[in-house]
Amino acid sequence: MSLTNEHLPLAAGGFAEPSRAEVRDFVTLLKPRVMSLVVFTALVGMVLAPGGLHPVLAAVSLFCIAIGAGASGALNMWWDADIDAIMTRTRGRPVPAGRMEPGEALAFGLVLAVGSVLTLLLAANWQAAALLAFTIFFYVVIYSMWLKRWTVQNIVIGGAAGAFPPMVGWVAVTGSISVESVVLFLIIFIWTPPHFWALALVKSEDYARAGVPMLPVVAGEAETRRQILIYSLILVPLAVVPFAMGFGGLTYGAVSIGMGALFLMLAIRVFRVREGAPAIKAARDLFAYSILYLFVLYATLLGEALFSAGA
Amino acid sequence: MAEPDKGLVLSDEQKRRRRARNIALALVLGGLVVLFYLITLFRLGGDVVNRPL
Repeated sequence: MSLTNEHLPLAAGGFAEPSRAEVRDFVTLLKPRVMSLVVFTALVGMVLAPGGLHPVLAAVSLFCIAIGAGASGALNMWWDADIDAIMTRTRGRPVPAGRMEPGEALAFGLVLAVGSVLTLLLAANWQAAALLAFTIFFYVVIYSMWLKRWTVQNIVIGGAAGAFPPMVGWVAVTGSISVESVVLFLIIFIWTPPHFWALALVKSEDYARAGVPMLPVVAGEAETRRQILIYSLILVPLAVVPFAMGFGGLTYGAVSIGMGALFLMLAIRVFRVREGAPAIKAARDLFAYSILYLFVLYATLLGEALFSAGA
Repeated sequence: MAEPDKGLVLSDEQKRRRRARNIALALVLGGLVVLFYLITLFRLGGDVVNRPL
């Protein structure tokens, strides 16, 4: 039997119809914006870590961590397609929008997950590969499949998945987990709840409609504002720990204290301003600032490490 | 007489998208070849030339 490009017997082979997915849909599955943050924090972990990994192998390791994060994103979009279709923020994603079959997203995610872990094993060490595999498992199975729809603490525990990358970067260089890498992990881990709850305050109707038990939906906005403030009060001093431990320099110390003070002010504003448009603006401001805050903290650590290496 | 079954006929848009996916996949495969070459080279380091002649 001969086949031409134009006349494939796809229907006979069990496919309802050929894929409609475009290349950019596969790129969307990788959640590029999340990926860029993962690459950045993992890079900081790698640069701060003592010891040497050849720059080319370090670049390959960083690439593997990025692809591992992309795999998590693809598998998350496969699993969450039903609730993504309900929420305004996510309804345009390839699977809920109907541009891609769920099976395509699943296969894409699985191939990338296995490929990134095995390649990291070759480029760096088994410890980093195991930690990357655990990170993907944690995000997809523990967070997406289990916690997200089940408990109000979903993003508190699930936030660990987003906090692992600097630790994976660190382990890729050293082969072991140290106190410094745990601190880098904890900063993102404690940062995640106030960051996402600030967004949830603005988008609580979306989450309610999708049946996701986010804190404002289940415990109310007042409790969410209180929790944001509590986590902020833990986060700001925690972010100064790298300076106290000596792997963050004077510049980092000043930046973490100065920016932390502003973080606290914005969290207090979210706590106090509770009605109307100013309340929404306060939550939006904290959400936007929290991204800048984390970026600047890590960028300062990176800058100091590169500067001292070059000096 | 019934028309012979041509199977599923792709539209021009479907063909364009499939071609784009195929090109992307080819680039990824080529990239992987380079990636594994580099990993091998830099993992072996100086040992890359250490072989009986």
